[in-house]
Amino acid sequence: MKKMLLSGLLLTMSATVTAETVFVTLEKDNALAIVDPVGGKLLKTVPVGQRPRGIAISPDNKVLYVATSDENTIKIIDSETLKELGRLPSGDDPETFALNPAGDKLYVSNEDDSMVTVIDIAKKQAIKQIKVGVEPEGITVSPDNRWLVSASETTNMVHWIDTKNHEISENTLVDPRPRAATFTADSQQLWVTSEMAGTLMVLDVNTKQIIKTIKFEATGVTSDKIQPVGIAIDKERRRGYVALGPANRVAVVNAQTFEVEKMLLVGSRVWNLAFSPDQKRLYTTNGVSNDLSIIDLENMAVTKSVGVGTYPWGVAVKP
Amino acid sequence: MTIVHYWRAMWGIVGRELWRFVTQRERFISALVRPLVWLFVFAAGFRAALGLAISPPYETYILYEVYITPGLCGMIQLFNGMQSSLSMVYDREMGSMRILMVSPLPRWFLLLSKLFAGVGVSILQVYVFLGIAWCDDIHAPWQGYLWALPALMLSGLMLGALGLLLSSFIKQLENFAGVMNFVIFPMFFMSTALYPLWKLKESSALLHNLAQYNPFSQAVELIRFALYGQMAQYAFIYTLVAFTVFMAIAILGYNPSKGMMSRKGGG
Repeated sequence: MKKMLLSGLLLTMSATVTAETVFVTLEKDNALAIVDPVGGKLLKTVPVGQRPRGIAISPDNKVLYVATSDENTIKIIDSETLKELGRLPSGDDPETFALNPAGDKLYVSNEDDSMVTVIDIAKKQAIKQIKVGVEPEGITVSPDNRWLVSASETTNMVHWIDTKNHEISENTLVDPRPRAATFTADSQQLWVTSEMAGTLMVLDVNTKQIIKTIKFEATGVTSDKIQPVGIAIDKERRRGYVALGPANRVAVVNAQTFEVEKMLLVGSRVWNLAFSPDQKRLYTTNGVSNDLSIIDLENMAVTKSVGVGTYPWGVAVKP
Repeated sequence: MTIVHYWRAMWGIVGRELWRFVTQRERFISALVRPLVWLFVFAAGFRAALGLAISPPYETYILYEVYITPGLCGMIQLFNGMQSSLSMVYDREMGSMRILMVSPLPRWFLLLSKLFAGVGVSILQVYVFLGIAWCDDIHAPWQGYLWALPALMLSGLMLGALGLLLSSFIKQLENFAGVMNFVIFPMFFMSTALYPLWKLKESSALLHNLAQYNPFSQAVELIRFALYGQMAQYAFIYTLVAFTVFMAIAILGYNPSKGMMSRKGGG
């Protein structure tokens, strides 16, 4: 009996250890919140640096990269010990950045300088700066590592940068104030959100043209509040999810028919999204209500909103 | 007096009430229309007005429709309680009450049977209402629908007992309008059915206190927590005590030697 109890205890312990961990940057608290999304609770908060915003985890899940905007750097943090391992020369005021699939290069949007900085992670050096449109914000690399895309908020363009030579090869005009860009897993489509038009544009990667524009609407919400930002698309390209900012909703978009299937109510000013490793849950950072909403994607329902700290901004998940 | 007599009497009363409910299709529809209008019209209009804050039993942000659904379940039971009280007055005027009251079974048992009959009808209405709400994407966890049953029984008993109590005071059918104005409306509006307590506190401390001690609020909270698989202990005890008190007074009220019946000249 004792043995059974003990093994049961060990099993539950190992279950909590193996459960995924969610990391949330807290822009105002200058900290990183660590959340257990299965138990639905905040585990701890650790100081990370001044005004942390963008966050990403390496492909091997061993290190976290956190853009501490007011320190003008991207910090490398051990995802186990949460100790700082080093810093990357990101240029001024880094906010958003993207890792390439191999995890050896990092691309940073330098909003004030209208530049994209290319960083060699191993060397901890900036190897190139690419001149892009005014106020670059959204940045992403295609899963096949062919394209680096940077969206300029004021120029209203997405720039297609060849990852081989780091030169802009094409530009596509999009709706005003493009905020975020994400490729589908097959690298065939690029989804871009327009904060001002309240739209999601789907671009064909081969033609670089917009093939579909989806205008979001939500009952009981005025259109000026619908400001799409973060995008998450599942691996099978069944559904895409778009954070609608101050509309406090996440739109569920059918990735085949491009119909908006559902609007899920989350906390105030939802900006960024991340899947659980099994893609059964989606996590949203709600900047004004200071919490993280957990969406059960099997039942398409928001199950819990967990208070994390002031101004949660970015989110990364470690399996 | 054997248990069979009791059973037969209770089944007679409950069966009559259920039969009356089933055959009166208008009554069934009107009982459903009222909460549905609140759900689809009122709640839609107020969707944005209710500020955002998470309060138990909810673990995340909810639409206003979701918030008022348990309140509307309570509303169904409140109106049903009043409806039964109305039918008691009607029965008394028509004379069928006399037949009931001359039965050799104890009066409290007859009243309790009458109460069960009303509660059964109200629970039926509530589940149909919840079914329609479910189709409109207002979902509670499925266990919640099971847990809601005992909660609905208790809240139904409490509100039904209140109805019985009132019916013992009402002399004529015409006075029912007074009950609407002085009991149903204040009870419904000064409760947590439509707005959470913290929201009421923001506007008026008095209103907050009135709502907090309103037994209808506690019944609604009992249903609300049960729908999310949780037990609201305070609300449970409060509702239970309110039921006992109302029932005791109602039994007294129907006692020909002591209660109101003597003053009214019998049933």
